[in-house]
Amino acid sequence: MTEYAVPFHWRRFKERYLLIGSKCEKCKRYFYPGRAICPVCRRSGSLKDYRFSGKGKVFSYTIIHVPPKGFEAYAPYIIAIIELEEGCKVISQVVDCKPEDIKIGMPVRACFRKIREEDKSGLVLYGFKFRPD
Amino acid sequence: MFDVFEYTKPKRDVAVIGVGTTKFGELWDKGLKELVVEAGIKAVEDAGISGKQLQLLIGGNMSGGMFSGQEHIGALLADYLGLNNIPAIRTEAACASSSVALRIGYLAVASGLYDFVAIGGAEKMTDVYGSQATTTLAGAMDQETEAYFGTTFPGVYALIAKRHMHEYGTTREQLAMVAVKNHENALHNPIAHFQRKIGIDDVLKSPLVADPLRLLDCSPITDGASALILGPADTAKKHTDTPVYIKASAQASDTLSLIGRRNICTLDATVQAARRAYEQAGIQAKDIDFAEVHDCFTINEIIAYEDLGFCKKGEGGKLIEEGVTQLGGKIPVNPSGGLKAKGHPVGATGVAQIVEIVKQLGGEAGKRQVSGAEIGLAHNVGGSGATVCIHILGREK
Repeated sequence: MTEYAVPFHWRRFKERYLLIGSKCEKCKRYFYPGRAICPVCRRSGSLKDYRFSGKGKVFSYTIIHVPPKGFEAYAPYIIAIIELEEGCKVISQVVDCKPEDIKIGMPVRACFRKIREEDKSGLVLYGFKFRPD
Repeated sequence: MFDVFEYTKPKRDVAVIGVGTTKFGELWDKGLKELVVEAGIKAVEDAGISGKQLQLLIGGNMSGGMFSGQEHIGALLADYLGLNNIPAIRTEAACASSSVALRIGYLAVASGLYDFVAIGGAEKMTDVYGSQATTTLAGAMDQETEAYFGTTFPGVYALIAKRHMHEYGTTREQLAMVAVKNHENALHNPIAHFQRKIGIDDVLKSPLVADPLRLLDCSPITDGASALILGPADTAKKHTDTPVYIKASAQASDTLSLIGRRNICTLDATVQAARRAYEQAGIQAKDIDFAEVHDCFTINEIIAYEDLGFCKKGEGGKLIEEGVTQLGGKIPVNPSGGLKAKGHPVGATGVAQIVEIVKQLGGEAGKRQVSGAEIGLAHNVGGSGATVCIHILGREK
């Protein structure tokens, strides 16, 4: 992967560390990642930051056997689409779960984990992963 | 669900008057420039026109920047094709880059503003190591919500496959049948990257990439270029005895990331583009004689059957199993060998599909010829379905 300068990651702390997206006050839809314009209400919508509870269920999953650069030490690992209890979805890893134990529909909860390290700068990248709930 | 556009007829019909393509494969002795020049010259010779008659050049290329360190591809192509000073444009829409080029060229001729337009597509993928190629291809998905957490491009399609298997009972063997069929078809395609027959067991025993997808479910990393010459339909017979007309050109978009989709077992952009294309061509799915579809991973061919209307939602697995889409079946799909076996030089793929359709409609496809082919459809996907282009070509306007 390309190595980026610190602000590239820093500006995403809110969504990656705290699982903050947005909610349209008009149509009550939730969005992750946050949006500036509600695709349904357009400019008549009103989007506010919303912190997701972090509770959800596995909607689909895969076991990554050929990882991208920076993730070699973790393979094989589980990547899943999680349907959050508020109704919208995120993609992340599921940890503390063996690849053979993951199931569609499994309840999971977000946790804060290290994602990977940059090669040269040594920057350590963090974010949410999910674990069985 | 979808915005409804009133369809307006084009000012004039457009024909493909010439096609050309390189061999697909690991072409170590050729760079991006050599590939494009070879395909371009073949297309110009096939059309029987002079390069001087070309008024506009549009080339699809996903990532010259990351594969070869080269941007500014439009002017580069015009330069090495000896077409200097005509306008030259590079289009990018990941793996659908050159279908977008074709669509823009189609609009240019249909509008009456240009008569002869050269369309190209090229990707030189093997000048970087595998991990760099993988990173580059991952640029087709959403970097911040998918790639950041360790998702790979095959991983995104694996998430789709797993859910499709869960909802519709699509089997691992049915996925493998797509690869087996496309390898079989490629045996008869001299430009194909792979000319090697494989069996279901070979697929099921190949290494896991992203469960449930294995190595032989994935299209390869390929070098190649393809080109077309477009012209007004009423001049087509001057250039070829077997003119092929563009009956429809449609494109649609969807969310870049899977997490924003209405339903990950459907590519809504395919459904939307297909609806517009069938409307423009004045036909239905059942009128299609054969199709070249975007089998970047085996699951995507099965989903394409459903989204293009060749069968009901969820019955794509059954369609491949019943042999409906093999050569000699009711609707042969990917007679060329598809992305899986013909190869997938991403920026070239959209135009390469059209090259195959033109050869089939002209009766020039040899042992892989679809008998009685009158109407063919090309389905080209960018990323995991954020861009979809559909073109329908026929022997009649």
